Amino acid sequence: MKVLVPVKRVLDYNVKARVKSDNSGVDLANVKMSMNPFDEISVEQAVKMQEAGTASETVVVSIGPSKAQETIRTGLAMGMDRGIHVETDEDLEPLAIAKILKAICDEEKPELVILGKQAIDNDYGATGGMLAALLDWPIGSAANSMKLAGSDMTVVKEVDGGLQTVKLTMPAIVTTDLRLNEPRYASLPNIMKAKKKPIDAKTPADYGVDTKPRLKTVKVTEPEARKAGIKVEDAAQLVDKLKNEAGVI
Amino acid sequence: MAILVIAEHDNKSLKDATHKTVTAAAKMGKDVDLLVAGKGVKDVAAEAAKVAGVRKVLTCDHATLERQLAESMQAVIVPLMDGYDAVVAPDTTTHKNYMPRVAAKLDVQQISSVTGVEGADTFVRPIYAGNAMATVKSSDAKKVVTVRTTAFAAAGDGGSASVEAIGDPAGPFKSEYVSEELTKSDRPELTAAKVVISGGRGMGSGENFKLIEGIADKLGAAMGASRAAVDAGYVPNDWQVGQTGKAVAPALYIAVGISGAIQHLAGMKDSKVIAAINKDEDAPIFQVADYGLVADLFKALPEFEAELEKAGY
Ligand SMILES: Cc1cc2nc3c(=O)[nH]c(=O)nc-3n(C[C@H](O)[C@H](O)[C@H](O)COP(=O)(O)OP(=O)(O)OC[C@H]3O[C@@H](n4cnc5c(N)ncnc54)[C@H](O)[C@@H]3O)c2cc1C
Ligand SMILES: Nc1ncnc2c1ncn2[C@@H]1O[C@H](COP(=O)(O)O)[C@@H](O)[C@H]1O
Repeated sequence: MKVLVPVKRVLDYNVKARVKSDNSGVDLANVKMSMNPFDEISVEQAVKMQEAGTASETVVVSIGPSKAQETIRTGLAMGMDRGIHVETDEDLEPLAIAKILKAICDEEKPELVILGKQAIDNDYGATGGMLAALLDWPIGSAANSMKLAGSDMTVVKEVDGGLQTVKLTMPAIVTTDLRLNEPRYASLPNIMKAKKKPIDAKTPADYGVDTKPRLKTVKVTEPEARKAGIKVEDAAQLVDKLKNEAGVI
Repeated sequence: MAILVIAEHDNKSLKDATHKTVTAAAKMGKDVDLLVAGKGVKDVAAEAAKVAGVRKVLTCDHATLERQLAESMQAVIVPLMDGYDAVVAPDTTTHKNYMPRVAAKLDVQQISSVTGVEGADTFVRPIYAGNAMATVKSSDAKKVVTVRTTAFAAAGDGGSASVEAIGDPAGPFKSEYVSEELTKSDRPELTAAKVVISGGRGMGSGENFKLIEGIADKLGAAMGASRAAVDAGYVPNDWQVGQTGKAVAPALYIAVGISGAIQHLAGMKDSKVIAAINKDEDAPIFQVADYGLVADLFKALPEFEAELEKAGY
């Protein structure tokens, strides 16, 4: 079974986003960028399936600027077989990403696509569901665990009330949640090996899909800051403050 | 502008998230209809008809909708959209699951987890774990919107909408429900509670969450957690508060043994009052806390409970 894993290059999760002074967006100049953490979990899952013999080929895809190649290399160093880089300097919306991924799926014919449940920069959480609809495939969102049995995939999903198990008929889409696995660190030899793995260079035009943005960013602003509070001496004072000053208990 | 709001319910009763979503939708336009899709939802539909400001309630009552799985919800909603300019749903996991499918089928860019509605096509939403707020204007013919319900007040009762049944969703579907393992609790729901008390890695074990339980009992609070506490297996996954867990905005949020990583703050910094107990006086949580107690939680929590008791709780 061929497994496709789309990965996004995003502001590193440890870096606090700064709003640009002209309110046009978030400042991404000279800041650390990394693979979206959920996508690392997807890559780990694909590599595990390869090691277990359930995945025959694993392909990592990223749509983004030339530096997105580094993100693909990270996936290759973790153990993916080959990469596809769709180069664009535009920050495409999930709908456009999903359309490109649909075109890639039509070509590559994977049986499973594993995406992150959300990209931690734009926090849309939309691409996986959109791709599933465009392909008319079933989806298991926010996977806590997944297991292949014949032509079915059983996915335990994280839902608001706890856990829910669904059965998907392959081919299928899975989006990953935090507890699916713990992504490995690439070893130095594997990083070296990854340099020789092939990456196809593409552009959105190759797929002939309409990537025009549907949303116009009017402005990006800082959230309202909370004012600094006080330190209380002990539990008694805490109860007193909550009751008599804040009036919240 | 006709807007279809999708109701949050458990086939038995209508959830407060619905009322809050109606408030958000009403800011987009005045013709707001509610869709109740599920199995055996007669009572839910009757409740829905009473929500103030709702024009009409549509019900789709079918076995395949019992769990509102993605494909069946898509099959119900997409055909209805000929008659609507927008579809709006709460951003709970049920709706997050199928709304992107609906958006893609309608060839629309979904606008996720909005915290502000500035008209029929302009929305405010947090990005980068809430470290920035984006105002976006949609040029799509139809809008597909999910709503962060904690940002909106609940619509009241007093409406008397008509109820109309619609046809069954057309299958076949390639996914099926197998089972569910729901966390049982008599406490208020995390996203709707007036007081939330959360524990982090500092709690040290699941057993130690008992220290929080007594306090939650006294305050009628919901219990939450940081990702670290969930990952460590102290508490169930659905307790996670944060960027990639639940967003809460109670009157009081108490963080215990939580450092205050940006991903955690994203889910609770809109709380009215924040209190924090942490033994590290430099913990980032204190930068957002109205009341900070620098103390060992194993000493502070029993004292806090005793003080509450003294104060009559
Ligand atoms: C993609 C991604 C998504 C994430 N999503 C979320 C999310 O939704 N929600 C979330 O919470 N996190 C999320 N995180 C994780 C986040 O970055 C932090 O790792 C996490 O919030 C830390 O949890 P913590 O504060 O409990 O643990 P720690 O950071 O380890 O802090 C423990 C705190 O407990 C204090 N402490 C220890 N012992 C005691 C004691 N005896 N008495 C008093 N205080 C004590 C310590 O001083 C410390 O401040 C995410 C991370 C990533 C990469
Ligand atoms: N530019 C991109 N290139 C490749 N995959 C992407 C890209 N953007 C989003 N994705 C995938 O879609 C998931 C969800 O992203 P989003 O819908 O933007 O929150 C990510 O975790 C990735 O798996």
